[in-house]
Amino acid sequence: METIIKLIVFLPLIGALIAGFGGTLVFAKIGKKEPATIEHETGDHHFEGPTWPAKLTTLFLLISAALSWIVFFDVAIGGQTYKIVVMDWIHSGTFAADWTLRVDTLTAVMFVVVNTVSSLVHVYSNGYMSHDPHQPRFFAYLSLFTFAMLMLVTADNLLQMFFGWEGVGLASYLLIGFWYKKPSANAAAIKAFVVNRVGDFGFALGIFATYKIFGSIEFDTIFNAAGEQAGKTIHFLWADWDTMTVIALLLFMGAMGKSAQFLLHTWLPDAMEGPTPVSALIHAATMVTAGVFLVARMSPFFEVAPVAQTFIIIIGAITAFFAATVGLVQNDIKRVIAYSTCSQLGYMFVAMGVGAYGVGIFHLFTHAFFKALLFLGSGSVIHAMSDEQDMRKMGGLAPHLKKTYWMMVVGTLALTGFPLTAGFFSKDAIIESAFAANTGVGEFGFWLLVVAALFTSFYSWRLIFMTFHGKPRASKEVMSHVHESPSSMLVPLYVLAVGALGAGYLFKEKFIGHDESLFWGTSIYRNAENEVLHAMHNLPEWVAYAPLVAMIFGFAIAWLFYIKRTDLPERIAQRNQPLYQFLLNKWYFDELYDLIFVRPIMWLGRFLWKQGDGRVIDGFGPNGVAARVADITAFMTRLQTGYVYHYAFAMLLGVAGLITFLMFASVS
Amino acid sequence: MPGFPILSALILIPIVGAFFILVIRGTDEVASRNMRHIALTLTIINFVVSLPLWLNFDYDSAAFQFEEQYTWASGIMGYHVGVDGISMPFILLTTFLMPLTILASWHVKTRVKEYMIAFLVLEALMVGVFSALDLVLFYVFFEAGLIPMFLIIGVWGGKNRIYASFKFFLYTLLGSVLMMAAIMAMYWQAGTADIAEILKNPTFPAAMQTWLWLAFFASFAVKLPMWPVHTWLPDAHVEAPTAGSVLLAAVLLKMGGYGFLRFSLPMFPLASEYFAPFIFTLSAIGIVYTSLVALRQDDMKKLIAYSSIAHMGFVTMGIFTLTRQGIDGAIFQMVSHGLVSAALFLCVGVIYDRMHTREIEAYGGLVKRMPAYAFVFMFFTMANVGLPGTSGFVGEFLTLMAAFQVNTWVAFFATTGVILSACYALWLYRRVVFGVLDKDSLKAITDLSGREVVIFLPLVVLTILFGFYPAPILDVLSSSVDHLTNQISVALDAAAAASSAGVN
Repeated sequence: METIIKLIVFLPLIGALIAGFGGTLVFAKIGKKEPATIEHETGDHHFEGPTWPAKLTTLFLLISAALSWIVFFDVAIGGQTYKIVVMDWIHSGTFAADWTLRVDTLTAVMFVVVNTVSSLVHVYSNGYMSHDPHQPRFFAYLSLFTFAMLMLVTADNLLQMFFGWEGVGLASYLLIGFWYKKPSANAAAIKAFVVNRVGDFGFALGIFATYKIFGSIEFDTIFNAAGEQAGKTIHFLWADWDTMTVIALLLFMGAMGKSAQFLLHTWLPDAMEGPTPVSALIHAATMVTAGVFLVARMSPFFEVAPVAQTFIIIIGAITAFFAATVGLVQNDIKRVIAYSTCSQLGYMFVAMGVGAYGVGIFHLFTHAFFKALLFLGSGSVIHAMSDEQDMRKMGGLAPHLKKTYWMMVVGTLALTGFPLTAGFFSKDAIIESAFAANTGVGEFGFWLLVVAALFTSFYSWRLIFMTFHGKPRASKEVMSHVHESPSSMLVPLYVLAVGALGAGYLFKEKFIGHDESLFWGTSIYRNAENEVLHAMHNLPEWVAYAPLVAMIFGFAIAWLFYIKRTDLPERIAQRNQPLYQFLLNKWYFDELYDLIFVRPIMWLGRFLWKQGDGRVIDGFGPNGVAARVADITAFMTRLQTGYVYHYAFAMLLGVAGLITFLMFASVS
Repeated sequence: MPGFPILSALILIPIVGAFFILVIRGTDEVASRNMRHIALTLTIINFVVSLPLWLNFDYDSAAFQFEEQYTWASGIMGYHVGVDGISMPFILLTTFLMPLTILASWHVKTRVKEYMIAFLVLEALMVGVFSALDLVLFYVFFEAGLIPMFLIIGVWGGKNRIYASFKFFLYTLLGSVLMMAAIMAMYWQAGTADIAEILKNPTFPAAMQTWLWLAFFASFAVKLPMWPVHTWLPDAHVEAPTAGSVLLAAVLLKMGGYGFLRFSLPMFPLASEYFAPFIFTLSAIGIVYTSLVALRQDDMKKLIAYSSIAHMGFVTMGIFTLTRQGIDGAIFQMVSHGLVSAALFLCVGVIYDRMHTREIEAYGGLVKRMPAYAFVFMFFTMANVGLPGTSGFVGEFLTLMAAFQVNTWVAFFATTGVILSACYALWLYRRVVFGVLDKDSLKAITDLSGREVVIFLPLVVLTILFGFYPAPILDVLSSSVDHLTNQISVALDAAAAASSAGVN
């Protein structure tokens, strides 16, 4: 089993290295005859480079995925745990962090999620990227991402997790900026990296604080000692704070960055500049859920930090609500799904905050299937529409893209929580858990989530109706090119659709049902007082029906707006211009951050350079000294006049001074 | 290998090489080629000779190893060299980088003879600084190292080279004078100029420590450089030829950090502790300040120079935590910065050689014509922002973590440098490498040549190796740093005991 685990983690890395170096070196040789006349997928052109990197990385990922399921059954169902030390890393005095693969149920679940989606995205990309001249590079990045993500979920200490954390950030940066000629893609890539670094700033401080308190950052050690720290204080910046609250909040700051939570969410919608398979893998199914994973992994910390938990609920609920409101009015098909992702991540965090870790991870698990399905489905639409992403220019595509259409409908059903689909079990469980928390903030979360569920249903069906129903709004030329995608792109959709329909029903007993404590074992920790799971069984009936009602309402309104009375949306938008603009411009966060962060920092940089370095330091320092030296020299030169009486006068003054001094000296 | 005087050989071989080159006659192409080859061969030989320092290093000993000692001038002054875990990595860094800088200077056409001689002499002096175990000897090497650097900037530099060198001179002057005075005072107090002897039992009175510490600080702070005495560095880098920048950033700056570790900490522990908050303040300000300034640069070399200053802020911060992790991290950061900043200056050199401009505006879209270059530059950009898995991460992480243990404010502000470094580094990369290649001047630019690949390859390998497996460096440091921190805590405890006894 140890060999299998190593293979799972390192096969993607090996694939990335071979494809990255081998593929692009070969490419460089053919590159002499200018291969890149095509932007991407413009139809008739064909990629003349090597296709083996794509095939090789895909094969490796399929192996990894198959092995992941073996490990899943052995570890999660069979109750095994593994800890494999691979290599020493940083040892300095009492500080130690090693490269270790820790595989417990939590990791095994992530194995399955990451490798299943990643392998399907690899397969899909074989079709989607088939015309791209930089294909080998693309597949190398995808596999590199997968490796970093696997290092993140197998970490046995905070530092290795940080390695994976920043590693997926790097891959995300490279893939968002994959089409490097587009200025918008470059800007989005940098934005993603920098905003994530803001989160990592908190994460890093959290690691430092953990080491300060526990003298270790190794999971077993710090988890065992976490309980003793409850109620103690740490001096941080200007005051003493509750130790575990500070550490938990700092770590959560990292999670907010990576999982695009409210205030640090601005990078995710822009990240849609990357190729669509990337959006499906990184910005929907896996990387953005790393923050949720972090909280679950660190559950022994969060369980003893109630203030931090409350904060998580608030942030999660606001994100779920906020992103859903923005999703209501977006016209770019990928941005709608991006905001939907942001919103669903908020749901997961609410579950984390109320202590229902298993429920949150369950939603992470099911969400990976249906959100990847929606993204890849929208990729299929974009592919068919000659790269058009604006839904206002789509419509009436259902007859042309039957298979894609039905797959998208399946994804939408699951996302909106249609009974018996995956989302129905996981999402409704989160909403119930928020109510079951039986706290004021839990209730706050509950209501925001119910409203968000209504919005979710609305914007999801709006997407389906605008894209596939009604009359075509695209030009004749585009419509004549519309074609169903090749089977390399459709097969992954089918597989994901099976997951979107069945993953909830199949696994609900394990993840959140009667077997849950056996299933999770020691990988998730819950306090003795944490009874949220029991409370979920004794809820008023209306609570269980609330999300369902919200879903039906959302569907009905979408149907009314975009099928029955297509003039209504326009009129309502006209009548509520300020609100509409506010939502369309995403609550003006980009503008706000530009005003309060970007501009002042740029100004300060210039000020410090020109005024600080230039005027003050150089002015009083070397340039000033040099100028004074020059002044004194000039003065001395003037003194040397050459006239004898000048010198005689100076000597006279000197003698007078000397005599005066001697007189005073003798008196005292 | 006590038989063979490795350290003296490392100092002498380049000098002998310089003589060889001196006697070559002629200035034609053949003569120049011979000079280049001699310089390259000798620096490679020097690197090979230096390897036993590492291979035969005794990891369990904190004492000086590979010692050689001869006294003259009736014992006042002596030739005493040796290395411990703190100095050995710097010597290997120097000998490792020298062949690469010679290779990077292959295209130099003017005054090849003097150029190669200057570099060889510089190598001898740099090795001398890191191996000297005598105060006077150290001073001589430390100050003499400036001369070849002055010449390299002044003769082969850019337009404003005179301004740059005079600025550097003014900054260094004060530090040098004060350090000389401090060294004389130490000799009178300790009765010996032998560093190893003084280190065995450093008993400078507390008041004297303060003054000596300040005198040494004046010299090392300029060298490192620390904010606010840093403004000579961007100018010097901008004017220096590529290979000069490489050695300046990679090795010469490290002399300041090394000086703190060799003198300030073990010899003046009380003063070091007393001044630690002062250093923290300067370091934290320096990191944030220079990162912000780096954000607004239009000149690639200036940007990287400012980023170097920010990285040296982590070094001083780490050293003065006086903890194991802080000092380990600081030394690691210096070695890593030696590799990464060297590579970044070489990256600038690659396109400067082709386009003869350092203006960021003059570039854009290079990835289309130069994919291999784009990869190398991206790799070192990531190492520069401290991505885990590159050597840049280990040092930054350890120093920040140590700072957090001592003072959370410092760690808080210094960690913002991690965000800012991502901003300036990625923005630089985007403007130079990404985008559409639409400038006519760039249409025919060529990718890395074989020679350039040979230069970058070892740097890439080491940067990634030390990122994933830093043990080769951390193990070397282990005993010496452990000894150093113990020595400091013993001294501080003794002082605390003495003062409490005095109170009672």
